Amino acid sequence: MKKHFKLNGIVILSLLFMLASCGGSESNNKQSEGGSQSESNATGNSNDPMKNKGIGPVQSITLGNLDQAMVDEGQKIYTAKCSACHKAEEKFIGPAPKGIMERRSPEWIMNMILNPEEMVKSDPIAKQLLIDYNLAPMANQHLTQDEARKILEYFRTLK
Amino acid sequence: MKMKNSTLAGWGIIALFLISGCSPKGSDEKSSPFSSDVASKVYVAPGQHDEFYAFLSGGFSGQMSVYGLPSGRLLKVIPVFSLDAEKGYGFNEETKPLLQTSYGFIPWDDAHHPELSQTEGIPDGRWIFINGNNTPRVARIDLSTFETVEIIELPNSGGNHSSPFTTENTEYVVAGTRFSVPVPQKDVAVESYKENFKGALSFISCDPVTGKMDVAFQVLLPAFNYDLAHSGKGASHGWTFFTCYNAEESNTLLEANASQFDKDFIAAVNWKKAEEYVKGGKAHDFPTSFYHNIYDDNAHMATSEQIKSVKVLIPAECPGLVYYLPTPKSPHGVDVDPTGEYIVGAGKLSADMSVHSFTKMLKAIEDKAFEKEIQGIPVLNYDAILAGVVKSGGLGPLHTEFDANGNAYTTFFISSEIVKWKVGTWEVIDRSPCYYSVGHLMIPGGDSRKPFGKYMLAMNKITKDRYLPTGPEMNQSAQLYDISGDKIQLLLDFPTVGEPHYGQGIPADLIKPKSKQFFNLAENTHPYVTKSEDQTKVVREGNVVRVYMTTIRSHFAPDNIEGFQVGDKVYFHVTNLEQDWDVPHGFGIMGATNAELLIMPGQTETLLWEPKSEGVFPFYCTDFCSALHQEMQGYARVSKKGSDLKLKWWTGSAK
Repeated sequence: MKKHFKLNGIVILSLLFMLASCGGSESNNKQSEGGSQSESNATGNSNDPMKNKGIGPVQSITLGNLDQAMVDEGQKIYTAKCSACHKAEEKFIGPAPKGIMERRSPEWIMNMILNPEEMVKSDPIAKQLLIDYNLAPMANQHLTQDEARKILEYFRTLK
Repeated sequence: MKMKNSTLAGWGIIALFLISGCSPKGSDEKSSPFSSDVASKVYVAPGQHDEFYAFLSGGFSGQMSVYGLPSGRLLKVIPVFSLDAEKGYGFNEETKPLLQTSYGFIPWDDAHHPELSQTEGIPDGRWIFINGNNTPRVARIDLSTFETVEIIELPNSGGNHSSPFTTENTEYVVAGTRFSVPVPQKDVAVESYKENFKGALSFISCDPVTGKMDVAFQVLLPAFNYDLAHSGKGASHGWTFFTCYNAEESNTLLEANASQFDKDFIAAVNWKKAEEYVKGGKAHDFPTSFYHNIYDDNAHMATSEQIKSVKVLIPAECPGLVYYLPTPKSPHGVDVDPTGEYIVGAGKLSADMSVHSFTKMLKAIEDKAFEKEIQGIPVLNYDAILAGVVKSGGLGPLHTEFDANGNAYTTFFISSEIVKWKVGTWEVIDRSPCYYSVGHLMIPGGDSRKPFGKYMLAMNKITKDRYLPTGPEMNQSAQLYDISGDKIQLLLDFPTVGEPHYGQGIPADLIKPKSKQFFNLAENTHPYVTKSEDQTKVVREGNVVRVYMTTIRSHFAPDNIEGFQVGDKVYFHVTNLEQDWDVPHGFGIMGATNAELLIMPGQTETLLWEPKSEGVFPFYCTDFCSALHQEMQGYARVSKKGSDLKLKWWTGSAK
C-alpha cells in the first residue's frame, strides 16, 4: 500500500529555511514532494456521503447480483478480523455495519477497511467517526482487497 | 579540552545544517569543506535509518544487543540465554523450554561471540549465532524476527568459548571447550588432570534451509584450553582453526603455570576429512545427555528434546584429521584473512603476531615436517609454516579483522590500541589509541571473504571517565572509527549493554527487507490459540483453568472472569488479534510471581497465574497501545477452594 507523506510544520519550516538560506536554489529534497495523489477522491464530494469514495486503493466498485458464496466467506473473515470491535447489529467499540450500504459508498467501505490510518486522518466522515467513537482507532488488519470485497458482499445482507 | 570539543561540536552542527540545507543531492561529501567534520559522519537524521546493523554480545548479561551504525543508537536487546521480564522471555510458558538444559532450567549464561550465517563466505543476514560460555550452549537467532529460535547444549564440554564461528556456507558452527573436563564426566581427583581430562571440539551442523542445528560430531583433543576459532575460506575452506593455551596441562594457578612454554598451538582441524571418518564408521557413539530446544514461529512455542548420544572422533585413530601449528605466547584470537591463505595467531603475552601460511601448512603436512606428536597429533615445524611476523610495537595482541583493501587491524589490550597493518608485507601502517583496554574489534564483514569495511568498532573493557559516572559500575564502552581513508579516525563513543566481547556487522539492506512486521493469525498453530472473539472461553480441568483470551485495541475478551479458586493453576493463553506492525499488547495480572506477557500481533503467549488468596484482582495491558490503552483492563474473581461459584466470563455484557 502506498504511504502518503503528510506535510507538517517542521517540514514547512525547514523548507522555508532552505529557501531563505539558499537563495531559492532548486531543492530536490524528496520531502518537498509531499501530497497525496488519491486525496482528490475525497475532495468536493463530502456533502453527500454516498458519493464519497474515501481515500485508498479502491476507485470503483460495481455491484452485481448477490453472490452467496462470497457472502459466506465474507462473514467468516469478518468474524475473524473485525468482530472483536464491530457487532453486526449493534454499536460496540465501533459502529454496527447493519444498513451501511445505505449510508456509505461501497468504495468508501472498502477503503476504510484497507486504509484506516489515512482515512481517519483525512476523510471527513472517518474523522468524525473517530471522534464519535471515543477516539478508538480503526485497526488496520491488513486484509487483501479480495477479502475486503467479500466482507462488502456480506454487508449487503445486513439490512 | 572539553571546551574545545563542545565548540567543535557546535560548529559541526552548524556545518551539518549548511550541508543538508544547501548542497544538491548526490554531491560528493569528500569534496565538501566539512568532510573532516566528525559529527556529520555519525549523524543520522531523525527518521532516517543507519547504514549498518551491529550485533554485540551481552557478555555476562547473557543477551545480544543490536545497534545502528554509524549512529551507535541501541535498536533492540534480544534475549537469548537470560530471562527478560520486558518481553516475558523465559517467563511465559512458550519460551521456558528454550532455557532447558541437562542441569534443568537455567535463567542465565555468559554470551561472548555473535556470528552471522554465511553463504559463500559472505554474511547473508539469515541467522546469527551466539555462544553460551558457562553452561556450554549455542543459540540461533532468526533475523526476520530478531528472536531466539533455537538453543543446543554441548556435551563433553566445560566453558564454550571458541564458538560459534561458522564455515563458509554455514555447514557448521563450531564450539571448542575452554576448560577441559573429564570425558565422560566422573568423580576423579583434579590432580589426575593429565590422565582423565580431555578437550572436545564440537561441529554443529546447520540445515541449509531451516538452520536447524545438530551436534554432528566431536573431536577429542588433549586437555588444553581451546580459546578461539575461525574457519578457513577460499582455498582453506574445509578447515577450522582453534587456538589453544595451557599446553602445559596445568590445573592450578594458570596465570603462571600456563605460561611456561614458549609456544602453544593452533589446532587445524580438517572437517571434510572428519566427515569422511564419520561416514566410514570411525566415530565412537559416546553416551551422554544434552538438550536441544527449538522454537516454532507458527506454534509460537518452543519444545525440548533430550539427546542421549554423540559421535566422537579420536585423532590418534584418524590420521590427517588434526595438526598442531606452534604459535608463540598463549595465542588468543585466530583470524583468517579474506583470501583464506593467512592464519593470524595473536600471542596475547607477546608484542608480535605470527602469521601462518595455509599453503605452507599443506606443504609441511605433505613433507611430514613435524616437530613431534602429541597424543597422535603431529606438531608441524614452526619455521616451515610461518608466513611472517607482524612487529607491531604494541603489547598484548588479541584479535584481528580485515578490510576490503588488504589491510588487517589488530587490537592490543595492554597497550590499549588498534594497529593497522598490511597483509603480506606485515608492515605497520597506522595505529590509534582505544579508551580503554580494547578486547575484540568488529569491521562489518571483517571476518568474512568480503569485508564491507568503512567502519570499525572497538569493544573496550574499561570505561572509567568516558561518560558521566554511574557509581562503581560503568557500562562498557564501544568506539567507532572511520577506516575508509589511510588514517584511522575516531568518530564516536557509545555505552553498551552488558559486556560485549565480539560483534558482527552487516549492511542494513541485507536484513531490512526481510524483517517481519506481524505474524499471520491464519498461520497460528498454537494449541491454545483463539482466532476470534466469539471463540474466547474459560475451561476448568481439575485445578487447572485455561483462559482462551484475545486482545485488540483496546480491550481483552473476556475482561471479566469469575469462578477461579485459591490454589488454581490459571493459564492465560492470550492471542493478539491485531494484524498490524508494531501493535503488541501486554498482559499483567496482580500477584503473578513471574512477569508480564508481551504478545506480538498474531501471536499467542501464556502466563501462569496461581492465585493465593480470595478477592478480585485486576489485569491490564502493559504496552501503551492506543488512546484507550488506559481503559484496557479487566478483573479476575478468586473464590475459596471448593466454592460452588461456576466459571463465568464476559466482555461488555454478562453472558
